[in-house]
Amino acid sequence: MRYVAGRLTIAVASLAAVVVAGFFLFRILPGDPVRAMTEGREVTAEQREELRRQFGLDQPLWQQFLDYASGLLRLDLGMSFQYREPVAELILNRLGPTLLLAGTGTVIAALLGLFLGSRAGWRPGGRPDRVHTAVALFFWSVPTFWLGLLLIVFLASGRGFIPGMFPTGGMVDPRTDGLADTVLNTAWHMVLPITTMVAVIYAQYLMIMRSSLMDEKGADYLTTARAKGLRDALVRRRHAVPNALLPTVTLVFLNLGQVVSGVILVETVFSWPGLGQLFYSGLRVPDLGLVQGLFVVFAASVILMNLLADLVYPLLDPRVRP
Amino acid sequence: MSAPAGTPGPPETDDHTGGGTTAPPTPRALARRRRREALRRFAREYARRRAGLVGLAGLLAIGALALTAPLFIDQAHLTVTGAPGTAYEPPSARFPLGTDNFGRSILDLVVWGARVSLTVGFLATAVSVVLGTLVGMTAGHFGASGGSAGRFVSSALMRVTDWFLVLPTLVLAVALAAVLPRGTGTIIIAIGLTVWPATARLVRAQTLAVEARPYVERARALGGGHAHVMLWHVLPNVMPVVLAQTTLLVATSIIAESTLAFLGVGDPTTVSWGGILDAARNSGAISSGIWWYMVPPGLAIAVVALSFTLCGRALESVINPRLREQR
Repeated sequence: MRYVAGRLTIAVASLAAVVVAGFFLFRILPGDPVRAMTEGREVTAEQREELRRQFGLDQPLWQQFLDYASGLLRLDLGMSFQYREPVAELILNRLGPTLLLAGTGTVIAALLGLFLGSRAGWRPGGRPDRVHTAVALFFWSVPTFWLGLLLIVFLASGRGFIPGMFPTGGMVDPRTDGLADTVLNTAWHMVLPITTMVAVIYAQYLMIMRSSLMDEKGADYLTTARAKGLRDALVRRRHAVPNALLPTVTLVFLNLGQVVSGVILVETVFSWPGLGQLFYSGLRVPDLGLVQGLFVVFAASVILMNLLADLVYPLLDPRVRP
Repeated sequence: MSAPAGTPGPPETDDHTGGGTTAPPTPRALARRRRREALRRFAREYARRRAGLVGLAGLLAIGALALTAPLFIDQAHLTVTGAPGTAYEPPSARFPLGTDNFGRSILDLVVWGARVSLTVGFLATAVSVVLGTLVGMTAGHFGASGGSAGRFVSSALMRVTDWFLVLPTLVLAVALAAVLPRGTGTIIIAIGLTVWPATARLVRAQTLAVEARPYVERARALGGGHAHVMLWHVLPNVMPVVLAQTTLLVATSIIAESTLAFLGVGDPTTVSWGGILDAARNSGAISSGIWWYMVPPGLAIAVVALSFTLCGRALESVINPRLREQR
């Protein structure tokens, strides 16, 4: 119970820090939001004042912060300067596609990474280990967005000797009708974005699983299992891997920040109508209200996921139960 | 990096100082000789790692190319108005990598981009390494020997570090770059301020390990203050680990720079690899399949990042004996 309370306190403090940072980062730093909003357009002084009043920028700073914080409690993230719509509404509308993309990508990447990692870590320095580590290292060194661009140029653009097999972007063709057709079309649109995401984030799962399995290798119960005469593959699958999986759980959650980064880039490259693309469109204007809201949402979701990992882990592993 | 690591200062105490049994060489000369030998041992050990050598060779080649670029590239050809060719020329003898939408040579752009990308990579790494070392060493030192107030400071610092560690790096860097005025300096700060926590954690762990050694206790017993212990005893022993981490961080920073440029928060006045990719996407070259516009800059990023990673991993395995055994 004390453990849970401690974790909750830390999570709440982190969230509060995110809110404070999210607010002051976008206010105190040089740059006037109104000027940024009206850049490149002719505006009169009255229009500026009107905008200031509309977004509450004429209030003292502490008053603005209190309004902002209390708004957050009511899930009001402020207004988007660009869309003239509440940020929370924009985010809700775009949440589905992002969850679909990030969820599918993470699950595939985790399964692939953990599987390959268990292969690599079983015999460190062996052939599978060297191959998988090298490949993972290569993909880790490649910028996510470039990999996506490559896939578009060679597999979707239809130029050169390779026919355009996949759509260059978007989530679903508006001309589809019927549920089955829509699902199939969406899946078809998802192939390239998911491939990009998996290629970039599976490496971390691989490395985590590899080192976790290497830690587990000297354990006595593995000697016992071998002494029973079990085949090597069985020792790995039934005995070593389940135990090595435990520490990976928290680390998988801890690396969620990278998934967020991956989603932003993949959605930008493939024009996927989700939060990442919204973030990009906010940056381009720049629409700081929108960027601020998304900053808070991204950071908060990562913190909540970490909290979840902290709370779930003692249930999985009795050894760390306080 | 920080000053005292390389400068000859007071003789360093080591785990196995035998006292003053040998009379002729001064302690300072002894220390210098020991350092030279350690360096030679280090070079020999590093030379045995093929991947590390490949990475080093790649870095030297790219570094030389970036430094000498002004000798064989006419800067006027890099501007939109002074472009030597026509738009989207495929690779030819005159333009080995083709031209972009303004008719500039892609090869020239990529070589020139190395200058910006490497500069930002190194400077951002410097910012984050200094910050990370400072925070990590302070937290480690005062956590180990600062009384209850020290422990409070230490745990507060680590809380802040953890907070930064958890936040999605890219989102934070992009937000910073978006609110600060556009420019290379902003990019350096945005990256430096977001990638330091990993260094801080590493340095703290190493500091704690060093602080537990007897020679630190000896220094303290002889009246060495916090600053003395941290600068002369902890820092030199933390530096090797930091060095390996630094090499890995440069790769991260270069990728981060290209990412920020690609998302449109980079410095629009300079040519960087991420900026070229951003331009390629915005000019519609991607969906019309102009592959020579976007393959070279991305490949350059990948090669540089991979070289730094290979070097960093080789350094790490030389420095960290635990990893060496596992090799």
